[in-house]
Amino acid sequence: MGNGRGGRRGRPPGQIAAVLGAGMLTAGLVTACSSEQGTTLNLYYAPEDTFQKVVDNCNAQAAGRYKIVYNKLQRGADDQRLQMARRLAAGDKGLDILGLDVTWVPEFAEAGWAEEWTGANRAKAEAGVLPGPLATATWNGKLYAATKNTNVQLLWYDDRITPQPPATWDDMITAAEQLKAAGKPHNILFTGAQYEGLVVIYNTLVASAGGHILSDDGKSVVMDQGAVQALEILKRVTSSGVTDPSLTNMKEDDVRQAFQRGNGAFQLNWPFVYASFADEQPQDLPHFKWSTYPAVDPGVPARTTIGGYDLAVSSTSQHKPEAFEAALCLRSQENQKFSAVKDGVPPSLEALYTDDTPLDPTKPVDPDNNPSMATAYPMRDAIFAALKNAAVRPLTPAYQSLSTVISKVLSPPSKIDPQKTADELRSRLTDALNSKGVIP
Amino acid sequence: MSTVEDVSTAPKTTTKPGKPALSEGKRAERRLGWLLCAPAAIVMLAVTGYPIVYSIWLSLQRYDLRFPQNTEFVGLANYAAVLSDSYWWTAFATTMGLTIISVAIELVLGMLLALIMHRTLVGRGLVRTVSLIPYGIVTVVAAFSWYYAWTPDTGYLANTLAGNSAPLTQYIPSLAIIILAEVWKTTPFMALLLMAGLALVPDDLLKAAAMDGANGWQRFIKVMVPVMKPAILVALLFRTLDAFRIFDNIYVLTSGQNNTSSVSMQTYNNLIKGLNLGIGSTMSVLIFITVAIIAFIFIKLFGTAAPGSDQGGKR
Repeated sequence: MGNGRGGRRGRPPGQIAAVLGAGMLTAGLVTACSSEQGTTLNLYYAPEDTFQKVVDNCNAQAAGRYKIVYNKLQRGADDQRLQMARRLAAGDKGLDILGLDVTWVPEFAEAGWAEEWTGANRAKAEAGVLPGPLATATWNGKLYAATKNTNVQLLWYDDRITPQPPATWDDMITAAEQLKAAGKPHNILFTGAQYEGLVVIYNTLVASAGGHILSDDGKSVVMDQGAVQALEILKRVTSSGVTDPSLTNMKEDDVRQAFQRGNGAFQLNWPFVYASFADEQPQDLPHFKWSTYPAVDPGVPARTTIGGYDLAVSSTSQHKPEAFEAALCLRSQENQKFSAVKDGVPPSLEALYTDDTPLDPTKPVDPDNNPSMATAYPMRDAIFAALKNAAVRPLTPAYQSLSTVISKVLSPPSKIDPQKTADELRSRLTDALNSKGVIP
Repeated sequence: MSTVEDVSTAPKTTTKPGKPALSEGKRAERRLGWLLCAPAAIVMLAVTGYPIVYSIWLSLQRYDLRFPQNTEFVGLANYAAVLSDSYWWTAFATTMGLTIISVAIELVLGMLLALIMHRTLVGRGLVRTVSLIPYGIVTVVAAFSWYYAWTPDTGYLANTLAGNSAPLTQYIPSLAIIILAEVWKTTPFMALLLMAGLALVPDDLLKAAAMDGANGWQRFIKVMVPVMKPAILVALLFRTLDAFRIFDNIYVLTSGQNNTSSVSMQTYNNLIKGLNLGIGSTMSVLIFITVAIIAFIFIKLFGTAAPGSDQGGKR
């Protein structure tokens, strides 16, 4: 009995002490790591090949006041968002600067995860930024992020097949049908899989038709005549036999590969396809041409959906002033230019589209070793033209749900019944905005 | 799933009527026994009970991480929303279909494999090891290899069997591929459980049946299957519960496109991706209830015994 009692009194506290001891030891190690050298700023950002160089530049500029650590997020956008959302929802204090896809800013702002930009920081973050990208960083009239880079899709074609790019979607479909009849490569290639890529195409069509999916404040669903017209076009292009058989499985890179295999006459895709084409088929490069998106209505220029990344400061950050400063450095004009020519991410600063000085201004321009915006972006005028007239995806905290619902309802695009699909979208999106409905 | 059984077995031991005349020493011993298993019981409650209760609580609220100001108690509104939604029922039907078809195929193949492994005379160890390899491969890795195999251009299966089409973009072919991936992966597990059951069949019985003139098929149906019944039911219960929660194969192969989403996929989309804790928790509670019903049917109606219990029948 004495034994038993001794056992039950003695052991549990001992175990508890052991567990606590181990815990404190680990905690001690962790804090020791972070407090070793000045202020550490944790940047969570998508993998970008040469971005470490930009981080190093900013660390050098900070001269020891802080040190940015580049934590590479996953490759997939969904995974990046989840990683950050999970940490922020749990109040992780180790996040300082967040790389947000342009569609996430309202969500992170509304959830209270991103700090508002005010005063001098706001002025610096807004200076010289193109209006489209800037809109993606704002929510409810407040600025929650600094634009890092933007992106916009173009129409790519082979001038041996179609010497002139089509001006409208109607022209493009007709041209594809004629090419098909003539037995030539004829497909119109775009991202038709059930995912964000399909939403991007649809949003471009809606904006080009002058329509709206949501109201401008993002609080209610509109789905007007323009949105229905966009459905009609999507239906027509996918049911005229001028798209790839695996259209509903195609994401950006599948589209690029299909075009390079000679499986299409037109490709709607981001500018990254140019670098890949130059790498893989240099002999055909002189014929690989680009243009802004075809219009919906003749005479009304297309409005293309923009992509890109914004940098936000986490509301859980322990070093907010330094984080704002560091974020501004990471997206400064000089660094945006570096990322643009080295990593192919188009800048959000207007001035860089007319900048002709090479990376190292003291040496002459050399496409391989000392590129300038002009050598790295032969298509920069088209990008700039598209950006000046760009469309932004609906700004709402519920964008993720909206996107899931839209891509589901639109899939497969050949089964769209414009009026019915529009009604379904209207009721589904209203539910999603009110966090009521089920997303598929 | 194990929680279902914990809940049903726990009261049995706790409510055991105490015998009147217990010596002081016996009572102290019993108290010590309780104290010794208390930490384990508390940990079990904390890690299984708390999340379940919390998700039930969440399912009664409008709670969306993106709209923290709009959190409110809504009663059963989330259940009404989910249960009246066509997306949910499509996913439910898909999951049920996948479960029934894949478990049925697995049972037949698993039995064949078990018989082969049981009867193998040469290289028995090698045969067993080889047949278990698919079960040892991480599901996601296997799913990716199926994905590439069935994608045109990169895939040997798509190129040889599917001609010029992309089977993973069509409804029925993608379901068939998902089932194939499931069956390939978990048949060995089924075979393993069934082989344990085969070991229960006494050789004498089979010999006696043979003496009576029963042919191979009759011996299998009339002698082996009845003796193996407990093992078969346990194998079916495990696989059914597992198959109902299917997630990774679908996530990799189709990500739920073309109505191939399962209830787990949809819960993930609402809860984790959509950050909608209310609707997502409602779905997970509904999955929990379904799993409990499946377990109940197997245990109470078919008389599946939990492994390790002495009685091979109803309790």
